[in-house]
Amino acid sequence: MFIIFNMRSIWRTLDRDLLRAIVLACLAVGAIGVSYGAVCVTEGFPLWFPAVAAVLVLAASSEFLFVGMIAAGGSPVAATLVALLANARHLPYGLAIPPQVIQPGWRRIVASHLMNDESVVLALAQPDVPRQRGAYWVCGLGMLICWPAGAMLGALAGNLIHDTEALGLDAMFPAIILALMLPALRERAMRGAVLAGAAIALATTPFLPAGLPVLLALFAVFLNPAPKGPQEAL
Amino acid sequence: MPYSPTVLVALLTLAAGTFVFRFTGPVLRSRLTFPPRAEHLLNTSAMVLLGSLVVTATLATGQHVGGVARPMGVVVGGVLACRKAPFLVVVIAAAAVTAVLRLLSVP
Repeated sequence: MFIIFNMRSIWRTLDRDLLRAIVLACLAVGAIGVSYGAVCVTEGFPLWFPAVAAVLVLAASSEFLFVGMIAAGGSPVAATLVALLANARHLPYGLAIPPQVIQPGWRRIVASHLMNDESVVLALAQPDVPRQRGAYWVCGLGMLICWPAGAMLGALAGNLIHDTEALGLDAMFPAIILALMLPALRERAMRGAVLAGAAIALATTPFLPAGLPVLLALFAVFLNPAPKGPQEAL
Repeated sequence: MPYSPTVLVALLTLAAGTFVFRFTGPVLRSRLTFPPRAEHLLNTSAMVLLGSLVVTATLATGQHVGGVARPMGVVVGGVLACRKAPFLVVVIAAAAVTAVLRLLSVP
């Protein structure tokens, strides 16, 4: 009941464009979920596995890594560590989200689970706390529905889906995040830091396990002087 | 058959560990007060992570950097987004350009 009441007030803060962006991002993730479910059962995982993993982990790239490594004969311990490394970025995400968006008490537990690339970038792009909260929660809950639903659908369709790459679905995720973060990139200092970080990540990708290059990119934050000038102390 | 009870334990460990990563940030944020300058840095950090994610997800497949079809799709999507095209157009264009290039056997 509380969630429903809460959601109603959250819903009102969202304008049409924002809502449309959230629905679309969720549908796109659902489509990727279909390919994820299909890959899982094709590799020999049981039908329920992708959907259960999708609800419990709720982080697409790490699940692909986990399933891929185990299917390739990797040890479950190694697969867990690699997938965890890919998810370590959620810690700095959680530091960047204002506490009023996450809210205290039991809601913090739910909100933490709803943290993902899309909900974070959407929330940070909003100008005020009510809209940040609305974007974060609605997008997060949408993902919690669409990602497992897509995975289940893909698992059931199974071998019908052969070449998921042919549809270009893998281009959707980066295009979505890029489009959502463009407003923030208008600020010069931000653009510099993001470009430097991207360069670090790209340069280290061939040598490091997935997830680590993105974390190393964080050094770019300190390379770039803040807009207020270097005299001000940290 | 890749599935075994050990894999389920591994999955539960992954889920628990991921939750700890997700939960730590909000807990620290609620216990400590950060000066505005630090908040700005944290905000920049999130954007740097997201930007690096975009670039690696676009240009790399696993540890291998290469391929043209996906980067072209994402660039077309990015240009459309800069021109204020509707979000739906951006996302569909990125996937469509990539799909068409692959149809033409562009890697």
